[in-house]
This record gives sequence, C-alpha cells and structure tokens, in this order.
Amino acid sequence: MPWLEVVRPGIRTTVQDRGRPGFAAVGVGRSGAADLAAHDAANRLVGNRSGAATLEITVGGLAVRTVGPVSVAVTGARVPLTVNGSDRPDHALLHLAGGDLIEVGHAVTGMRSYLAVRGGLDVPPVMGSRSTDTLSGVGPAPLTEGDRLLVGADVGAWPAEEIIPPPPAVAGPTVVRVDLGPRDDWFTPASIRALFEHEWTVTPESNRVGVRLHGPGPLHRARRGELPSEAMVAGALQVPSGGAPILFLADHPVTGGYPVIAVVDEEDLSAAAQARPGDRLRFRARPGANPHP
Amino acid sequence: MRLRDVGRSAILAEFEDLDTVLGYFRALDADPVRGVQEIVPASRTLLVRYDPAQVTRDSVGEWITGATALPPPDPGEAEEVQLAVRYDGPDLADVAEHTGLSVDEVVRAHTGTPWIVAFAGFAPGFGYLVDGDPRLRVPRRAEPRTAVPAGAVAVAGEFSGVYPRSSPGGWQLIGTTDTVVWDPEGTPPALLRPGVRVRFTAM
Repeated sequence: MPWLEVVRPGIRTTVQDRGRPGFAAVGVGRSGAADLAAHDAANRLVGNRSGAATLEITVGGLAVRTVGPVSVAVTGARVPLTVNGSDRPDHALLHLAGGDLIEVGHAVTGMRSYLAVRGGLDVPPVMGSRSTDTLSGVGPAPLTEGDRLLVGADVGAWPAEEIIPPPPAVAGPTVVRVDLGPRDDWFTPASIRALFEHEWTVTPESNRVGVRLHGPGPLHRARRGELPSEAMVAGALQVPSGGAPILFLADHPVTGGYPVIAVVDEEDLSAAAQARPGDRLRFRARPGANPHP
Repeated sequence: MRLRDVGRSAILAEFEDLDTVLGYFRALDADPVRGVQEIVPASRTLLVRYDPAQVTRDSVGEWITGATALPPPDPGEAEEVQLAVRYDGPDLADVAEHTGLSVDEVVRAHTGTPWIVAFAGFAPGFGYLVDGDPRLRVPRRAEPRTAVPAGAVAVAGEFSGVYPRSSPGGWQLIGTTDTVVWDPEGTPPALLRPGVRVRFTAM
C-alpha cells in the first residue's frame, strides 16, 4: 500500500472522519470533520466511502510527498494547490505518481480544507474513529513533520464526476439558520432580538471546540442563578456569563453549565465552521418549529 | 418532566432532581427505539439525540413522556465495580475536619455503602458518583490544584469521583486507586458508565 509522508504539517492539520458518536455518556464527544460537507465531498471525489479518514488542514501550509501512486482531492476552504510546483485545481480528482510533492498554500477564503486520498488514511482508530478530538485528547495526534500516513482500503465506486463546484464566495455575512432554545427563556427579549438583528464577528480565539463571537454587546440574562450542567450538541450557541456567544463545533465539551440560546441547523454548521476570524455571521430563525405541548 | 427541543435532532428532558433523571435514564436505556442514537444524563436533564431521518421528534417525545422511571436495581443485579483505594490523599485530614469525623470514620463512610455512577463529564471517563454516605458532603477546595494525578479518589458536594488522568481539579483528594478507569483502547473504554454501582475498599 502507498503512503503519504508529511514534509510540512502546516499550521494545524489533523486526521478526521465522521467522528465517534455514542460516547457522550462517558465524557467523549463526537468530534469528526468540522465541515462534514467538505469532508464528504473530498471522499466522494476519490471514490471513498464517507467514513474514510481525510486530513483537515487548518488555514493551510501542508506539504506531503506521495510514496507510491495515489489519487487525491482537496475540498473545503479555497487554497492554492500545487503538485511538484505546478498549479493544480482544488475540488477535483488528481491522479499522482509516487514521489510527487503536494503543497497546500494558505486559504484564500474559508478556514479548513480537506485532503482525501483514495482508500482513506489508515491511522489506528480509537473508539471506532480516526478523528483527533482536540478537547478530550482522544484519537491521533496532530500531524508533525516526518509522519507517515498509510493509505487504507476504504474504497467505494469511482465517482461519476471528477470535478465539483467549489463553495461560492460569500459577499457579506454568512447567514446561519437557527432554532431558538433550549434555554432562550434565560435571556431578555431584547437580547433575543439582538441575536437576530446584529451581525456577529468571529474572533481569533475560535477553534474546533467553538467559534467565539463578538457582537454589539453582551446578551443579557432574564434570570439569575446557575444552570446545572447539561449535555451540549454541535451547533449549540452557548452564552457564558460574559454574554458573548460561542458556537460549538465538532470538539465541543459534552456538557456545559451555561445556557444555550439557540441551535444552528446542521446543514449550516459546515458554512459556520469555515468562518475565519473577522468574518461575520448573521443568525436567522428557522420557520416551522412547533413547540412541544 | 418538561421537554425542550435542542435544534431538530435532540430533545432535552428536564426533571426535578437527579434521582428522577437516573430513574428515567434506566427506563429509556432499557427500552431503546429505532432512530435514537444517544442518551446523555446530567444532573437535572437527559439529552436524547435522534436521527430525524429515522424517527420523528413527536414519537421520540412520546417515548420519553410515556416511560416509567425505574428504581435502582437490587444489589447483585447492577453491574458492580470494586475499586481498591489507598486512603492517603492530601485532603483527608481536611475532609475529616469538615465532616466532624475522624480519618478512620471518613474511610469507613466512603467504603461503607455503594456509590452509583450518575453521569459523566469534565474529562473522558470521569464519572460523577452519587448515593454515597451523606456525611461526606464537603465543599470543593478554595484553590483548585493545577495537577491532580491519575487515579486520585476525591469527594465534593454530593459526589465522589476518580480522576481518569492527570488534570487540574478542585475536589478534595482522599485516596488513590491503581485501577485504570479510562482506557481509550479498552472495551468499553470507561469503567464508570452511568448506572454502574461502585464499591470502594480500603487497601
């Protein structure tokens, strides 16, 4: 089997798949690709099953050398991509020879790119997943120079298309649909209006645990007291006591003691995970939720 | 009980107290339905995650509200874990002082009755143990330690627990166990899962 040798790991590159659901009751979250749509798309381009492990490249800077012939694709954040110094397209299937040098430059838009290799990355799974959970420390360590990543056999049929449209460039804020709750009753009506009426800026403290947001001012609570810790989900907009919301991503804590004002639609979580520091999010209420009796 | 939607693929069920949470957790865990992926207990809530492609929110809600809380299983029926402890923790004397017990009485209280894992959190494999001797209720330390060693056995509030790996921590340390409570390569990885009964013994 061929493998990839890490020449430069980039700013932060981890192995990710669709995560390890089912362990929250023992304190381990799902983890997995922060942008599942881009991870899935990369796997589709190389004919892998969706559970195959890819590389999640944060911002860029990765260089890997192929040992043996491989087929790869890079999706997600738009990046300059070269093979042996020549420009090659992202969001496209590439057939490479042994000894080729793949270099992923710094993202032009978006935060996270996904490099899939046909067969998937065969790092040892932990608790049924090859994902690196940066919060709990479960899973493989982030990539370092000299790592050898074996190519696995997690293949399906070759895809019908060898090129897919890249995500459209977003002008203005990324619109993210949310459902209010489960703890919107902890906030004043004015703060709930503020959540929807203002744009929220992504701060540099954001990571795979969550996107930390800065807005017009703190979201105010309508009640005092402390919330007993309760289970959290990816997409939860948790509001700590300072009043600045955090949008939880793949490596969120399994429980938390601050109220969740709203939860982001799973389909929009991928776009939110691509927001860079300085980018803006705008929340929109999803229609059609009928409350429980 | 009150149900709250958490987006469109989870429901948070709220209860009056931890005993009721655990009663419903036992009932729902013993009666799984298709499309329900995960039940996560916490101190006043259960989070039920479901796949909306397989099951509707309303049927998940009816499954929860239609359940009857189960009492704790009789001794001998619950899965039981024995943890041998050296009661040599640096806070043992402080716990004795807080509780008005002697050090020996603290050890006897901690080992005298079984504990039950209520829920997990804080770190992988960290179980919050409840139902122990109520005399052992002590506050957290005023200053959390920056490093608590793996295997440290601790008490705080109504809880006891075992630190699965070295981490910061603010609970009162009363002893040490050599039993590995968390091993990601293990099957299952966590020894202290919700519902498991734990009996401490003094080495």
